[in-house]
Amino acid sequence: MATTIDIRELPPAVSVDPNRERMLREAEKELPLEYRAGWHDELKPIFTTGKGLDRDIVETISKMKGELEWMTEIRVKAYEHFLERKLPAWGADLAQINFDDIYYYIKPTEAQGKTWEEVPEEIKNTFDKLGIPEAERKFLAGVSAQYESEVVYHSIREDLEKQGVIFTDMDSGLREHPEIVKKYFGKVIPYKDNKLAALNTAVWSGGSFVYVPKGVHVQIPLQAYFRINAKNAGQFERTLIIAEEGSFVHYIEGCTAPIWSEDSLHSAVVELIAMKDATIRYTTVQNWSNNVYNLVTKRAIAYEGATVAWIDGNLGSKVTMKYPSIYLLGKGAKAEIVSAAFANSGQTQDAGGKVWHCAPETTSTITSKSVTKGTGRAEFRGWIKIYKGCRDSVSAMRCDAMLLDKECYSGTTPVIEVDEEKVALGHEATVSKVGEEELFYLMSRGLTEREAITQIVNGFIEPFTKELPMEYAVELNKLIALQMDAAVG
Amino acid sequence: MAAAETLERPVGTDGRVPTLQIEGLHVAIDGHEIIHGIDLAVNKGEVHAILGPNGSGKSTLAYALMGNPRYEITEGTVTFNGEDVLEMEPDERARAGLFLCFQYPTSIPGVQMGNFLRLAVKARFGDKAVKTFRRELQEKLRLLKMDQSYMQRYLNEGFSGGEKKKAEILQMAMLKPEIAIMDETDSGLDVDAFKVVADGVNAMRGADRGFVVITHYNRMLEYIKPDFVHVLIGGKIVKEDGPELAVQVDQHGYGPIIEEVRARGEEVELPEEGGATYAREEPAARHHDPFRSHGRTAI
Ligand SMILES: Nc1ncnc2c1ncn2[C@@H]1O[C@H](COP(=O)(O)OP(=O)(O)OP(=O)(O)O)[C@@H](O)[C@H]1O
Ligand SMILES: [Mg+2]
Repeated sequence: MATTIDIRELPPAVSVDPNRERMLREAEKELPLEYRAGWHDELKPIFTTGKGLDRDIVETISKMKGELEWMTEIRVKAYEHFLERKLPAWGADLAQINFDDIYYYIKPTEAQGKTWEEVPEEIKNTFDKLGIPEAERKFLAGVSAQYESEVVYHSIREDLEKQGVIFTDMDSGLREHPEIVKKYFGKVIPYKDNKLAALNTAVWSGGSFVYVPKGVHVQIPLQAYFRINAKNAGQFERTLIIAEEGSFVHYIEGCTAPIWSEDSLHSAVVELIAMKDATIRYTTVQNWSNNVYNLVTKRAIAYEGATVAWIDGNLGSKVTMKYPSIYLLGKGAKAEIVSAAFANSGQTQDAGGKVWHCAPETTSTITSKSVTKGTGRAEFRGWIKIYKGCRDSVSAMRCDAMLLDKECYSGTTPVIEVDEEKVALGHEATVSKVGEEELFYLMSRGLTEREAITQIVNGFIEPFTKELPMEYAVELNKLIALQMDAAVG
Repeated sequence: MAAAETLERPVGTDGRVPTLQIEGLHVAIDGHEIIHGIDLAVNKGEVHAILGPNGSGKSTLAYALMGNPRYEITEGTVTFNGEDVLEMEPDERARAGLFLCFQYPTSIPGVQMGNFLRLAVKARFGDKAVKTFRRELQEKLRLLKMDQSYMQRYLNEGFSGGEKKKAEILQMAMLKPEIAIMDETDSGLDVDAFKVVADGVNAMRGADRGFVVITHYNRMLEYIKPDFVHVLIGGKIVKEDGPELAVQVDQHGYGPIIEEVRARGEEVELPEEGGATYAREEPAARHHDPFRSHGRTAI
């Protein structure tokens, strides 16, 4: 399926700014973290459209939000496409999703909290349980926490505002900066891209809007916390990040989710645009509860000399389908996709990455680490395409799978299409188990079997973990330790 | 000091049950018996050297004592502080105070040495030990002339032969075992590293610790003066004596000992021609999986 991306509508790559710097901010101390998923608060939604979806509901959502007509139109068109469009015929089994049994819009509070004081107590409690530490709040640029379908609390540090950086929820972004949003919304991922992108475009709510002006380096990572906390609450957040020429931004999303017995759908759309010599780093560590279908479309455009990195870690969920992709549209643009997936019993992680080389001297690396346990399934799909004329492009794809049990499954489906001869390509795939010798060595130092396996598994995904800020790395290692309750079979 | 006079010495020098007591031990790998009945008693405060030609079963003995699941105990008993070691998992043995310096330490990709050491110390001594961990680590690093940067490196990964051996000694120093088995820790070290390692071991000697030092070289034994020397050939201890036995082997090789044993009317199973040896076994190589499919998928 060829994706349509209307490059003409996007601003062309413009003049020179040699100042391109990459900055990875790491928290200095390990933040204490306990496992906090698996609970939910009683919170009465203030308004909901009820279960299921029709054209009226789509229009109601738009009206409730007080949107401009063009957005309502896009929503309706997307909804119509959603009806026509089939689910992907490949990948994980999505047949069990009942689109009529999902709430598409839930609005928990009337207004958005500008200050922490204005945030309702119940929601604050939720944040406490989520464990967003006080220190971290100060440390962070702004905490954009999505509660159900609406962003309820949002703060932007003053220095960010002074720099002209916009970091807000998508609804506010649309209200306050309609001209920017209109210019870019749906340009990287048009609603016709796939059925779930169409659904998201029709019913989206929340998500983040980030705009970094020319030459601005956002020194601290922008962070957002997401969770699902309503029965069958569909989360359709929409994120758009625009990094103007020579700018730098690191966006981080992390989430834990309460455990629910009924199926839930999370279907986000994330669009990134890195202008000439800009850098966008987008880090995700997600741990959905076991009933969530996590079907996310993430795509980025990188112009001349720009760099985009997707750092994507997936634990939990019933089914995850996610293939962050990058279109390298300008000379010397760089793509990096590093992903880690952990599939425990009953879970399917169908993930990977895709890079389109559309300009010369572009580079890409796709690195995937998957761990499967019990009856877990992991499928890696990597797709690299190098168009004719993209000479001196370099691409490397690597996929390592670790199987912890006999019944688990791991597969790789790499696709490499190259129309240009003057390129350098590498790809490698490995499958391994926890080695007996490694296990014995660690146990001979006093580590229990479980600890030893955890160490080996964490070591295996270390190439991913080391890309994360410290507190996320610590969190991920702990989450993995929790998955290791049973010994290897 | 009284050296072992005979092959029977089930009880320690002070008359109590030895810290580590091995009796009639037989060990098999993949159904093939390698160790054919070994008796050995090691007390805290003692240093025992085990010498033997390549392939005689020294490492097999060491692995079996530490509980490597590949090594099957077909007969015999092993107790540690009076407890049945054979019933214990390797980690239980380690926490109880048994330690093995591996002849070929295993690399663990992605696991940082420092984090791993902290976990191991915590496993052996409990949470309270974590408080003094840093200070102690610095001290041991200095002693072993190891750079702090090792702590960020992945366990044994890309370590040179000598670095691996030092890292083993470091772990031993941090875990303070009651009985340490050192499998050819002196092999492959340059002169300086050798001295550092030997000094490290000597620094750990004391009344509260016993050593089983497996080695090919008397040079090591000149530094670490053993109390007892055992010669292991063909899966059996065929001769035991004081330190002078090591000198004798160093000068004349195993030939005279083998003749002596044969003269006693006992059989000696010799390693194959050319001193064939079970060479280093690296952790099972990761299986290469050719791409399952080259078909085009729409993503
Ligand atoms: N894992 C194994 N699989 C198969 N055979 C083994 C294994 N380990 C040891 N052996 C065999 O058992 C015998 C004893 O080996 P072992 O490693 O114990 O000898 P060693 O005395 O330590 O020799 P070296 O001095 O060379 O280290 C050898 O014949 C070896 O080939
Ligand atoms: Mg050996």
